[in-house]
Amino acid sequence: MIKYVFRRVLLLIPVILGVTFIVFTMLALTPGDPARLVLGESATDEAVAGLRSQMGLDRPFLTRYADYLGDLVLRGDIGKSYVTKRPVAKEILSCLPSTLKLALSSMLVAMAIGIPIGIVSAVKQYSLFDSATMVFALVGISMPVFWFGLLLILLFAVRLRWLPASGYSSLRQMILPAIALGAQSVSVLARMTRSSMLEVVRQDYIATIRAKGQRELVVILDHGLRNALIPIITVLGLQFGGLLGGAVLTESIFSIPGVGRLLVDSIKMRDYPVVQGGVLFIAIAFSLVNLAVDLLYAYVDPRIKSQYK
Amino acid sequence: MNDANAKPAAARRGRKGRVLEVWRRLKRNRLAMAGLAILAVLFLTALLADLVAPFPSDKQDLENTFSFPSRAHLFGTDEFGRDILSRVIHGSRISLSVGFLAVGFSVVIGGAIGAVAGFYGKRIDNVLMRFMDVLMSIPQILLAISIVAALGPGLWNLMIAVGISSIPGYARIVRASVLSIKDREYIEAARAAGSGDARIIFRHIVPNCLAPIIVQSTLGVATAILTAAGLSFIGLGIQPPTPEWGAMLSGGRGYIRDYWYMTLFPGLAIVFTILGLNVLGDGLRDALDPRLKSSR
Repeated sequence: MIKYVFRRVLLLIPVILGVTFIVFTMLALTPGDPARLVLGESATDEAVAGLRSQMGLDRPFLTRYADYLGDLVLRGDIGKSYVTKRPVAKEILSCLPSTLKLALSSMLVAMAIGIPIGIVSAVKQYSLFDSATMVFALVGISMPVFWFGLLLILLFAVRLRWLPASGYSSLRQMILPAIALGAQSVSVLARMTRSSMLEVVRQDYIATIRAKGQRELVVILDHGLRNALIPIITVLGLQFGGLLGGAVLTESIFSIPGVGRLLVDSIKMRDYPVVQGGVLFIAIAFSLVNLAVDLLYAYVDPRIKSQYK
Repeated sequence: MNDANAKPAAARRGRKGRVLEVWRRLKRNRLAMAGLAILAVLFLTALLADLVAPFPSDKQDLENTFSFPSRAHLFGTDEFGRDILSRVIHGSRISLSVGFLAVGFSVVIGGAIGAVAGFYGKRIDNVLMRFMDVLMSIPQILLAISIVAALGPGLWNLMIAVGISSIPGYARIVRASVLSIKDREYIEAARAAGSGDARIIFRHIVPNCLAPIIVQSTLGVATAILTAAGLSFIGLGIQPPTPEWGAMLSGGRGYIRDYWYMTLFPGLAIVFTILGLNVLGDGLRDALDPRLKSSR
């Protein structure tokens, strides 16, 4: 198991290298001269040329990429922001907690609502509850985060004045963003849990346990849910990537100073080092979550664990 | 000679029969038919936008700004007195074309990558799919955002960005189907009959893995439209004054306190479009492969 984890962590390295290369290439191909951007339109050509060589922009592409990688690996340095002149890593690290808090709290919302709904829908298949929640789930997966967020603000902040429309520090402020971002995952999770549970409860071993006279709650949760968990965990992992991406939009609606908003602002100001760094951080976070999901499989299903060598 | 002609004809009849069978199953699914109806209406309004819309999408009426929904303006007017209904109708053109073109682009490229990787296997497979893994390690909307950051805003750039960001998904699906098909007897038979790689891939493998591609691309159009609207919403996609649903939402959000209808209607348009595509996609999945009864 430990060997497996170690190998998987090693396998992250080429992925991260790939991400840095793709993002670095993409932004290097972008029209526009970063030195000109830093100095502004009124700067003289000499000054721009001077800064270009100071920033190393006059050197070949691969040399610049190698330098970027070298700084990243040796010093954890991913450049300085063109705008604030502060190290990019610092900028991102100061924004990362709010993004993670947002993504995790929406994940909690999704799990706390989606999984129970899915279980009850499966147990009471074709009941009124089942049809009603599945219609809601269908609408839920079709709802854009940014629109649902606006509707929540309109209802709970503007009309009812129950909750604040922006901010991220207090629990009250987190409620609306977490629900807005989590709504889609609630729906996806409810549908997945339902169909996975439906498959399991039809199995013979469930009938056997029932025949034995086991209490229904134990049958459903201990024997049913446990065996239905693998697809649910898979979806959870995939959803987390969606949540990290969706956080970009949610942060913009609720004015949360997270990585997503930092990214969008940096793109608008053409602050490319920050854009590179932000994408890199989110890709690493996403890869780590995928790794965690794979490890969780082993915890849930001993058959999978025996394959991890 | 006669024999050689008879076979393709029979095969064609078989294929037509299968399409009819799928259609028959789809027709029984009321939700899917509702989805199809929504899409049909959307396509018609997009095509006939100039005829259907009561006003030109950019006609300003500065004496009639911020008017609430009324008989004259069913969805109200915005800060320039433009008719929101007309803008929503014209917006369907943009959303549908971005959605379908982007998905078409990524199906062709992703499909080709997946087919080559699955068919040739070994090192080619490894190189191509590891590259796809790298792309997949960036959440889709974020990948689209970084591509747009490099290309700049605009309709075509948005389509390319959304298209590229969904390539890995199609590559994976096609590769998986190719792997499940390429060792079947009929492929071997085709090879024994002297067919080259290209002929085997395009004539025998691709038609046999169409089902998952059709389902995935229907659902993929929904994702593409959502991504595109999201990018426009944060100001990185289609720029105002072009009537795009995401951009309209972004314009309306500043006035949400007093003029809620400016954000309500463009959002509803998105929801209905996505809903239609989703239920149609689910229905297609059930109709194309009854064994896989709705698993999402």
